[in-house]
Amino acid sequence: MKLLEFDQLSVAFDTEAGTVRAVQDVSFDVAAGEVLGVVGESGCGKSVSALALMGLLPRPAARIAGSAIRFGGRSLLDLPADELRQLRGNEIAMIFQEPMSALNPVLSIGEQLCEPLIAHRRLTPRAAWAQAEALIARVGIARPAEIARAFPHQLSGGMLQRVMIAMAISCAPRLLIADEPTTALDVTIQAQILELLRELRREQQMAMLLITHDLGVIAELADRVAVMYAGRVVEQGPVRELFRNPRHPYTRGLLASRPVPGRRLARLAAIPGQVPDPLSLPPGCAFAARCPERRTDCEQRRPALRRLDADHRVACFAAEGVSA
Amino acid sequence: MRQFILRRLLMMVPTLLGASAVIFFLFALTPGDFVDGNYMLTEARSRELKALYGLDQPVLQRYLTWLGQLLHGDLGFSLQYQIPVTQLLDQYLWHSFLLSLTVLLLYWGLSLAIGISSALRPYSWYDRLVTLAVFAAMSFPVFFLCLLLIKWFAVDLQWLPVGGMQSTGSEATGLARIGEIALHMVLPVLALVMLQSGSLTRYVRASMLEALRLDCVRTARAKGLKERTVILRHALRNALLPLITLLGLELPGLFSGAIITEKLFNWPGVGHIHVDSLAARDYPVLMGFTLFLAVLTIVGNLLADILYAAVDPRVRLR
Ligand SMILES: Nc1ncnc2c1ncn2[C@@H]1O[C@H](COP(=O)(O)OP(=O)(O)OP(=O)(O)O)[C@@H](O)[C@H]1O
Ligand code: SF4
Ligand SMILES: [Mg+2]
Repeated sequence: MKLLEFDQLSVAFDTEAGTVRAVQDVSFDVAAGEVLGVVGESGCGKSVSALALMGLLPRPAARIAGSAIRFGGRSLLDLPADELRQLRGNEIAMIFQEPMSALNPVLSIGEQLCEPLIAHRRLTPRAAWAQAEALIARVGIARPAEIARAFPHQLSGGMLQRVMIAMAISCAPRLLIADEPTTALDVTIQAQILELLRELRREQQMAMLLITHDLGVIAELADRVAVMYAGRVVEQGPVRELFRNPRHPYTRGLLASRPVPGRRLARLAAIPGQVPDPLSLPPGCAFAARCPERRTDCEQRRPALRRLDADHRVACFAAEGVSA
Repeated sequence: MRQFILRRLLMMVPTLLGASAVIFFLFALTPGDFVDGNYMLTEARSRELKALYGLDQPVLQRYLTWLGQLLHGDLGFSLQYQIPVTQLLDQYLWHSFLLSLTVLLLYWGLSLAIGISSALRPYSWYDRLVTLAVFAAMSFPVFFLCLLLIKWFAVDLQWLPVGGMQSTGSEATGLARIGEIALHMVLPVLALVMLQSGSLTRYVRASMLEALRLDCVRTARAKGLKERTVILRHALRNALLPLITLLGLELPGLFSGAIITEKLFNWPGVGHIHVDSLAARDYPVLMGFTLFLAVLTIVGNLLADILYAAVDPRVRLR
């Protein structure tokens, strides 16, 4: 049984400008201990999918339609709020893109680290504090006792992201959601954080949902990958297979625009054109306007996500080889 | 910390000097004075009085004399009441303070409770009702509200006294006196709380709504904390920070008296004196009182800064 299953998840936001269809019919799964990378341009629905899983979407603005998210066999969307709360920070933890604002400026690092330990592990404050210091040391920060008493503004972005990671792993979660964990950091710090995540994952056997728009991060850490475009999964498969044999024109575009260390390119081949407006998505393939392999009816019909072989799926008429 | 406070206190000296100059020359250069205002006086008597009060001297000289008196804690002599200004203020200040402090406690408590609870259910029926009530309260003219309260509760229903601080000729002492004063306070307090809580409620609501959208509140939820903890420990603490400055600004207000309300309810406060002194051009009282409020404003700012540093670890006092 899979640890996490997204089954046809759709999320729409009712806004003043109209209905934003942020996520549509998204299905993927994550096995225990596996790292699934979710990649795509800004606004393609990565964060919204993760927040739906955590039950943290703003209600009633967000509408979740006819779908299920299962975690350890339990359907999260029907779970009473209190039971979901007990999963959060305990079995499912999340780290965010901006470590600076994700931590509370008026509480010390130690106090914030203690909170999940007291809430889920029922530790006494004193035991929680000792555990907090141990966690700070665990994520590679020197002088943990001093750092525990410090406040967020006294630490650098890299240190704060380590603290966020320490907080996330504090209750030994089965699933860690990392939403752009390195985007806000310097390149050297990025590498250190990725290394830390890889190490923790090996050591704790925890599964990860790794959200990023950086294929380099995926290559470093993920086992499998789901490529999202305009709220839908357009291609999905094992990392090596997908990197070697990308089938969706969008995936190919992403790979071509990726800087490869060591290889000098005069110019990165960026995908021309723009992401469609989520307020008015086209009826056919959402990528059609930018697709170099577009066929005649790509704009009218929408390709479904179909299996190509073992674990490689793609939503594209051209890739299926189906003639129009 | 101690260094910071000392330095800020030292910095008060030039500020106060500037304030005293502005206050003095504003009043001194206004045409007409206490003596001119009295048309019953003969030419000779009026010159005599001007010499007595020093009003015939050059302005600069008068300013320096006034400053010299201030250094000795002497705010001057009230022309109208014929007692020292300090003594006059001392008689009335505490009445205003009693009224204002009661109002302050009530309206801050009320605004915090209503503002926060409506921010927790934005655009609900409750929130809409609060918004409506707030705007209604804010758009009421002071004197109209006061007169309405007097008419309903004092004249028609006769539940409460019309005005004053104690019943005329009352010789109540001890608990009876306290009860009597409390009864007299009900209407003015009610009026002032209604008038002041409107804008603060809006402010608290906006501040809390903003705090609820903070990333760190989302993190707190992601940690699986109870909603109560998320609200009280994470959102509320951040929402209260900007309110501290406002609280500091309330300090002079505690002593300045509410002019219109005190007048309408015949409350023997300093707001009362203020209007009467203005009418009589009793400038020593006005100058002394304004300077006193200037000092309180500066001290209030200092207190707000210290309080801010105490609750927000990002603020370092230097
Ligand atoms: N609270 C909201 N109200 C209305 N629309 C929203 C809300 N949150 C997200 N959206 C919309 O949903 C879409 C998907 O947003 P999402 O945050 O999931 O993007 P993302 O893939 O995480 O992008 P990024 O890389 O920029 O983080 C966007 O079009 C966004 O405008
Ligand atoms: S379905 Fe058509 S438009 Fe869409 S990606 Fe495939 S070829 Fe391009
Ligand atoms: Mg995002």
